[in-house]
Amino acid sequence: MSSPSNIGLQPLDVQAIRQDFPLLSRVFHGKPVVYLDSAVSGQMPVQVIERMAKYEREEHTNVHRGVSTLSQEATDFYEAAREKVRKFIGAASAREIVWTRGTTEAINLVAQTFGRMTVKEGDEILLSAMEHHANIVPWQMLAQEKGATIKVIPMNDAGELILESLDELITDRTKILGVVHVSNVLGTINPVREIVARAHAKGVPVLVDGAQAVPHLKVDVQDLDADFYVFSGHKLSGPTGIGILYGKLALLEAMPPWHGGGSMIRSVSWEKTTYLPAPGKFEAGTPPIADAIGLGAAIDYVTALGLDRIAAHEHELLAYATEKLAAIPGLRILGTARDKASVLSFVVDGIHPHDMGSLLDGEGVVVRAGHHCAQPIMTRFHVPATTRASFAYFNTREEVDILVSAVLKAIELFK
Amino acid sequence: MTDPRELYQQVILEHNKKPRNFGKLEPCTHHAEGHNPLCGDQLDLTLVVEEGVVRDVKFEGSGCAIDVASASLMTSAVKGKPVAEAEAMIEQFRGMVRGELDPATQTPLLGKLTLFSGVKDLPSRVKCAILPWATLHAALKGEEEASTE
Repeated sequence: MSSPSNIGLQPLDVQAIRQDFPLLSRVFHGKPVVYLDSAVSGQMPVQVIERMAKYEREEHTNVHRGVSTLSQEATDFYEAAREKVRKFIGAASAREIVWTRGTTEAINLVAQTFGRMTVKEGDEILLSAMEHHANIVPWQMLAQEKGATIKVIPMNDAGELILESLDELITDRTKILGVVHVSNVLGTINPVREIVARAHAKGVPVLVDGAQAVPHLKVDVQDLDADFYVFSGHKLSGPTGIGILYGKLALLEAMPPWHGGGSMIRSVSWEKTTYLPAPGKFEAGTPPIADAIGLGAAIDYVTALGLDRIAAHEHELLAYATEKLAAIPGLRILGTARDKASVLSFVVDGIHPHDMGSLLDGEGVVVRAGHHCAQPIMTRFHVPATTRASFAYFNTREEVDILVSAVLKAIELFK
Repeated sequence: MTDPRELYQQVILEHNKKPRNFGKLEPCTHHAEGHNPLCGDQLDLTLVVEEGVVRDVKFEGSGCAIDVASASLMTSAVKGKPVAEAEAMIEQFRGMVRGELDPATQTPLLGKLTLFSGVKDLPSRVKCAILPWATLHAALKGEEEASTE
């Protein structure tokens, strides 16, 4: 069911893969859609859509409820999806995989449980200069509540973290370090393994925001030694509304529950309520079951394609697009790190990114124009916004050519 | 669906490149700052209003071509007009870009500003076109800030 159409082919048979994505045959403004916006949300292949529809048509009920065959079957599918996630990121146990609504909710969960438990007045939370708002605001809220401070690991003009200062930035007041694995604006792949090792040398746990990393590179949370690793289903060819918090079991066990309600308790009485062990204690209420099963199917799909082949294909597209766009006079690429994945942000002299976004839209080219929920990065590079193209395994060199000619056409119009 | 290119007519492109009334009036009688939180556009509007008439108006800020051209054409259009007429123009412009008023018959005060009517087909850009007008409205009301949110 979840096998991609091109299984066994090497390299990726992109034309065959594209048949799995009905959206790619749409037409906008009389032009075939060129979807270069997978960093906003990845498209779902029919295999995922059909798996979710099958659940809703034939298997729909609730999980962890009652003794019916139907409920047991749904529970099995749901827990099998959790096991797929575990294997996908190399976690030691499925008990370390907590379902959330997405990356944002996963970070809020950690901030409001682990964070509240460990951060005290005068303590420090260390974040990188290239975080998405999702890995800034929950910590600011916690810092305000506790009287703690946020410190920032700076970056250079290429969009690479300046790690020389890391050992000074980590003090005995630092209670957690948050870092993005792959920047959604700059495309930078951060050396997470090294950062984690240096934080651990000072006893500081690390949360890694992997939202833009898991679709593009093979992640092994045990190899990274990350304490928390979070990501969303919808950037990984899965549905919206489902995401993952991976946490080391010892940490999850030590953390208090977050939302209270059904499904997360062992027993309830007026006198005393006891909670399930992790991950159950973090999963109050009825979960998005179809979405969890859908994410499992998405993992099957990308795993069958092979993340190494996906990475190679996307890297080639990124290199090709970078070369073509960099050659355009007046165009500046933001994010020129040595290690990059799949994301290409740019600005053009005299053309606001929103105008560029609208004009590219007129050519059928779907990109993101804006601050990408990362305003501190915009401030760092002195731009109000950028235009961002992002590449997936179903994109082609011809689509990059259409992007480039659409950019040239916009520049010509604004001359 | 309108082709976004149709909106980028020569008048808009030209006003974006060479905005009229760009700068700051000091002293001024009215002032407001406008923000479009969604895209980060910002606009600083200063006016001199005497005896119920907009004697002068200038704007500063950064934004997209739709925003800058809208501010440039708006300041040119309201300069010398009675405040009541400027307020009526604000209402007509808002109604037009939201698709509620027909530029052919229902926005007589707008003149060439009707070239923004195509914005109604690009919902994500309506706020860009409205920002200068919302800021003008706030300034005339004596409010310091306007937001399109």
